[in-house]
Amino acid sequence: MLMLTPEQVQLADSARGLLDERAPISQFRRLRDARDAVGFDRDLWRTMADMGWAGVLVAEPYGGVDFGFVGAGLLCEQMARRLVASPFLSTAVVAATALRWGGSSAQKSRWLPAIAAGEAIVALAVDEGRKHDPAATALTAIPGGNGYRLAGEKVLVIDGHVADAFVVAVRTAGRPGDLDGLTLFLIESGSPGLNVDRTVVVDSRNVARLRFGNVPVDGAAVLGEVDRGANLLEVILNAGRVGVAAELLGVTAEAFERTIAFLKERHQFGRPIGSFQALQHRAAHLYCEIEMLRSAVLAACQALDADPWTAGPLASMAKAKAAAVARLSVSEALQMHGGMGMTDDVDIGLFMKRARAGAELYGDANFHADRVARHRGF
Amino acid sequence: MQSLEAFRNEVRIWLEANCPAEMRLPTRGEEDICWGGRRWVFQSDAQRLWLTRMVERGWTVPTWPKEFGGGGLAHEEEKVLREEMGRIGARLPLESFGISMLGPALLRFGNEAQKRDYLPPIARGEIRWCQGYSEPNAGSDLASLQTRAVDHGDHFLVSGQKVWTSYADKADWIFCLVRSDADAPKHRGISFIMIDMTSPGVSTRPIQLISGKSPFCATFFDDVRVPKQNLVGEINKGWDVAKYLLTHERESIGLGPTALGKRSLVDEAVRAIGRGADGRLADPFLRADIARTEVDAWALALTVDRFRSEAEFGHGLGARSAVLKYCGTELNKRCYELMMVAAGISGLEWEDARNKDGALAREWLRSKGNTIEGGTSEVMLNIIAKTILGLPGA
Repeated sequence: MLMLTPEQVQLADSARGLLDERAPISQFRRLRDARDAVGFDRDLWRTMADMGWAGVLVAEPYGGVDFGFVGAGLLCEQMARRLVASPFLSTAVVAATALRWGGSSAQKSRWLPAIAAGEAIVALAVDEGRKHDPAATALTAIPGGNGYRLAGEKVLVIDGHVADAFVVAVRTAGRPGDLDGLTLFLIESGSPGLNVDRTVVVDSRNVARLRFGNVPVDGAAVLGEVDRGANLLEVILNAGRVGVAAELLGVTAEAFERTIAFLKERHQFGRPIGSFQALQHRAAHLYCEIEMLRSAVLAACQALDADPWTAGPLASMAKAKAAAVARLSVSEALQMHGGMGMTDDVDIGLFMKRARAGAELYGDANFHADRVARHRGF
Repeated sequence: MQSLEAFRNEVRIWLEANCPAEMRLPTRGEEDICWGGRRWVFQSDAQRLWLTRMVERGWTVPTWPKEFGGGGLAHEEEKVLREEMGRIGARLPLESFGISMLGPALLRFGNEAQKRDYLPPIARGEIRWCQGYSEPNAGSDLASLQTRAVDHGDHFLVSGQKVWTSYADKADWIFCLVRSDADAPKHRGISFIMIDMTSPGVSTRPIQLISGKSPFCATFFDDVRVPKQNLVGEINKGWDVAKYLLTHERESIGLGPTALGKRSLVDEAVRAIGRGADGRLADPFLRADIARTEVDAWALALTVDRFRSEAEFGHGLGARSAVLKYCGTELNKRCYELMMVAAGISGLEWEDARNKDGALAREWLRSKGNTIEGGTSEVMLNIIAKTILGLPGA
């Protein structure tokens, strides 16, 4: 049934309560302006972990609450509304999925309890080029010694600057463009030859660039199967895509609600600007689009909960829709805020930046529309 | 209540045994739809048999109470029935404005005698209804309608003109909005009445559309005598009924089959354009447009599901019907535009058997009316802006 359960509604409410109190947007601004080295509030992250959020996708034997993707999506949405800086997406959503479906029992025991406790941060390193394209992975594993040596680069590694470990997509066979021949490795930070550079990006999200200079790894570091990592990577990415889609829903809904409030209070020509039909119709259209996005995100979360191995088409639909609706929403929000929307004092610009980065992350609207088309057979 | 799975199983077995093979073929057009009514001529024995069997189960109107000819099904059961019918491609046994419009209005606003007298013949397909709302000078501003009903003791005398009365020339009865108090503010002088189309003074004239022949008519009333027991709800409170029905109409338009249900945009495009070496549709621009449309259509279908689910759990659909109406009809137009692009030059042929007499072009033109009928897109956006977003009036 495509609706939230009472428990899920309660989770969203309690998240809203905590974030309103502990993570107003002013906190995000402080971290941004101070160029904070960590980039998020570790105390807040510990509180989130205490509430079970860090273990939202971790099974109970490993210390998680196993609340599923619908719950994880609600948390992403609520955090995005406050632009909360936290390792939730990278670690609690993406890395937890990677370990759950690809981890050996040793890897699970080592990392899942630490993730659920909010003690470990694990980041996915997949993209290398200008656009998201997992098949194009060129970072190479050269067999040698007891395992491999990794050479190459990764970009847009979320929370890479503070990660304790990385899930890295590596080419062990074939050539860039092939989905065959990919292998995932779980590599601890501090490995010799691994260089981590923090990157400042437009939305002040915490991102790093990784350089692998012949980093030695052994067979125990493989996550899943050698040369056949594409399916596992697909599951991991779909978790990320749906997480980002849920974030974009939060960004979109928040920017929209602030805009509606502004339309009611801002007066020009002696009346609230929200009384002008030219703006009313655009706002109403946007409302409809956001409702469509909400359905898409919920359905994709439910699909991941039902079977993460077959949720790809819905995940792509949700991500494609999210990118498109978010772009419309923040553009309209900025335009309707007029000159004030252009100032850094008003938060609308922050949502616009977050929407652009979110649109790009793990595949943009075109990437995912193409996947929907292929799924539909054309 | 038996479990849904048990019900599904029962439905599946019953449909397998009772739905004639012919009634599982896709409808080829208007002529394959069974509308019922006094003058109805069944297209085939299968059509008659299918209707008869479904009437016995009450499944022409699955959620109506059994005492009025319905199936007494809960919404989840109705959904199962629809899914199972869809699975074998079963046609609807009966379509009518009685089912989609008048019935819901009577169930909510009618008195016991009206429910008893009018609902069962609708369920059985014996009486065919049409709807008299719009007038030449009352379109988006429906409440300014001028067809008047003058009180003559035990009856009204009705005079005026209705327009866009679909199938008025084939209908047995019409339900109408009329002005019963010319002095009251416009929303408070309207009544909802039912009129026998065979009454002296009723006449109809067909309307030709840009798509060619159409079911639409203009309907004229010239001092038509209408008994007072034909009034539904209270006198001068007809706008409440109208609003309820307009919401209902929007839902059925919004929830109804889109172009994607009737024709497959993807199939039409692949057939017309072909594939490139990589298996993708050969025209990359059209492919991108269709892909984005597919994403939007999918999100809309999920929204229909979500709104339905939430409505069943007490949230109500309310003004959300305007969302579905707006999005569904705009999407439908978009789909037809893309199908016409895919069809290209052959899609222009208008009178040619090879091209089914321009069937696609006619559907494309007809789709343009979707965002006008039942409340224009602009009226839908007004409703959303005011009712849902609470934006101030001008």
